[in-house]
Amino acid sequence: MAVKVNQDKCIGCSACVGACPFGAIEMQGGSKAFITEACTACGACIDACPAQTIVREQEARQTAVDKDAYRDVWVYMELNGGQPRSVGLELLGEGRKLADAMGQQLAAVLIGDGVEPIAQEAFAAGADKVYLVEGPEYAHYTTDAFAIAAVDLIDTYKPAVLLLGATNDGRDLGPRVACRIGTGLTADCTGLGIDEATGLVAWTRPAFGGNIMATILCPDNRPQMGTVRPKVFKKPVPDHSRSGELIRVASKVRPGDIRTRLVDIIKVCTAACNLEEAEVIVSGGRGLCKPENFALVEELAGVLGAAVGASRAAVDAGWKPALHQVGQTGKTVAPKIYFACGISGAIQHLAGMSSSDIIVAINKDPDAPIFKVADYGLVGDVLEVLPILTEELKKIRQAG
Amino acid sequence: MEIVVCVKQVPDTTEVKIDPVTNTLIRQGVPSIVNPFDKNAVEAALVLKEKHGGKVTVLSMGPPQAKDALKECLAMGADAAILVSDRAFGGADTLATSYTLAAAIRKLGAVDLILCGKQAIDGDTAQVGPEIAEHLGIAQVTYVAKIDIDGAAARLEREHEDGYEVIEAGLPVLVTVVKSANEPRYPTVKGTMRANRAEIPVWTVADLDTDPARLGLKGSPTQVRKIFTPKQRTQGVLIAKDTAREAVAELIAKLSAAKIV
Repeated sequence: MAVKVNQDKCIGCSACVGACPFGAIEMQGGSKAFITEACTACGACIDACPAQTIVREQEARQTAVDKDAYRDVWVYMELNGGQPRSVGLELLGEGRKLADAMGQQLAAVLIGDGVEPIAQEAFAAGADKVYLVEGPEYAHYTTDAFAIAAVDLIDTYKPAVLLLGATNDGRDLGPRVACRIGTGLTADCTGLGIDEATGLVAWTRPAFGGNIMATILCPDNRPQMGTVRPKVFKKPVPDHSRSGELIRVASKVRPGDIRTRLVDIIKVCTAACNLEEAEVIVSGGRGLCKPENFALVEELAGVLGAAVGASRAAVDAGWKPALHQVGQTGKTVAPKIYFACGISGAIQHLAGMSSSDIIVAINKDPDAPIFKVADYGLVGDVLEVLPILTEELKKIRQAG
Repeated sequence: MEIVVCVKQVPDTTEVKIDPVTNTLIRQGVPSIVNPFDKNAVEAALVLKEKHGGKVTVLSMGPPQAKDALKECLAMGADAAILVSDRAFGGADTLATSYTLAAAIRKLGAVDLILCGKQAIDGDTAQVGPEIAEHLGIAQVTYVAKIDIDGAAARLEREHEDGYEVIEAGLPVLVTVVKSANEPRYPTVKGTMRANRAEIPVWTVADLDTDPARLGLKGSPTQVRKIFTPKQRTQGVLIAKDTAREAVAELIAKLSAAKIV
């Protein structure tokens, strides 16, 4: 599909130029709109044109894929230390809804070493089937082994949809698999649905640093694939009475297929920096003034059982390792509660945390941009406020 | 060693504003920059070249003005730059983009290391790097914070949710680089003058061995159905009191009332 301007009818109002999120429309000779190669055919200009001169042209696509042969919604269950990451269970919950809406089945993809017992968790979370690939070569994630296993499953059993968590490993595996199959992959989705007109999965994701949202379709290729951000969907309540069909598939990995070797794992932190999966995050920024004061943030996090985040300023100053950084160049987080302590709220920081359920901000500048997004803002010196807040919350915890 | 760095010219998304009336992006006055993570990749390449010798080539696919981004990389110290640009490449999603870039890399000949930023800040997909590796049939290691090369192998520290993996990979390998890898250098005056004089070759569809059906919009399995602005968060309550203790008491009262603590 391409978007075209009917030049004869263009009135030269340039409304489309401003409407284009990609800057792909120029006025040629000052009077006619012209769509450049930056166009992604998103269609934003079609609605903006008052003269209805912009149209979407349907192009006949050569497609070799027999779409009807692809059925079912699959969820890749990423493991961490032999246990399923929360995002896999969240996606089974959401995948169940998609499968029901499509009138198809839900399956989990489980790849690991001695991980069969986890299949039961997948059934309890809503899966009708589990595809299980086991072997010592899957004891730890490698791009090569896991891509071979996933592509083999897709080629053999032909799913209509495949969901993966948008974790570091999920975003490593997803594009490798999508590219080998030759299908489309939508990254880092925050919304899933069914497009009413086509029955396709409608993948919604932020772009331009969270300034706009885009809904993406994959009409002609299968499976339709997407990575989905952790914490966007709720984990389903497990129903342990459910069971399903376990399908064991032999590993196709041969010696020499795995081109990388894991030499070591350096655990920098445990729960405190697992920001992606945290229910509560306490983050500190420049307002803490010096590195020692980060202890105040850590103490509050300790009382709340929260992960510890940091602004770019705090990371750049060397107060916290980069793994703690929240924001556009760090991690994107969506906890239930986010405490921003001494963080002014630069747009880059907001891009990484503004989808938190509740935001509590403490800053001494009442005009700090962080207050514009905060549900609860406290104007005060973070060095003075934090010890009191920690002490009071500790009392509540002890009383409770 | 032959190093290729893939870079993208992006709008500085931190400067992008939404028009409150039309609810669309205001692009006027938004500067185009080299994707910040790609600068980390260029810096990593330059450090490796300084240590092991060789050549750093920066490669970009984009409209003609993307030459400015390549010039900035040349000014940092890259040896050569190539722009891949043609209307036939327009509207490409990550699959078609990576296919085109992979074809350009093949044309460059033998390469030891391909570096990309972990993702571009306009699309944030992090997919083009791994997909280039797949098109070329080479190994990939993503989210890398440290690169050491010893002979024909690379030793890499890959960022993970709770730490790092140390990974060894033979060359050639494609590596995507995170921000904490380094601090990109500023161009020198001499470098900038050299870059301004440089002629950047432009490779069009005629220069690459590609299947036209796999290029641009036509070669893109994903299609943007619609674009909209997200619901903006609204400001909640602001607590300002004479003492910190009073303010905390009020905050806790409000959080308790809302059953948050």
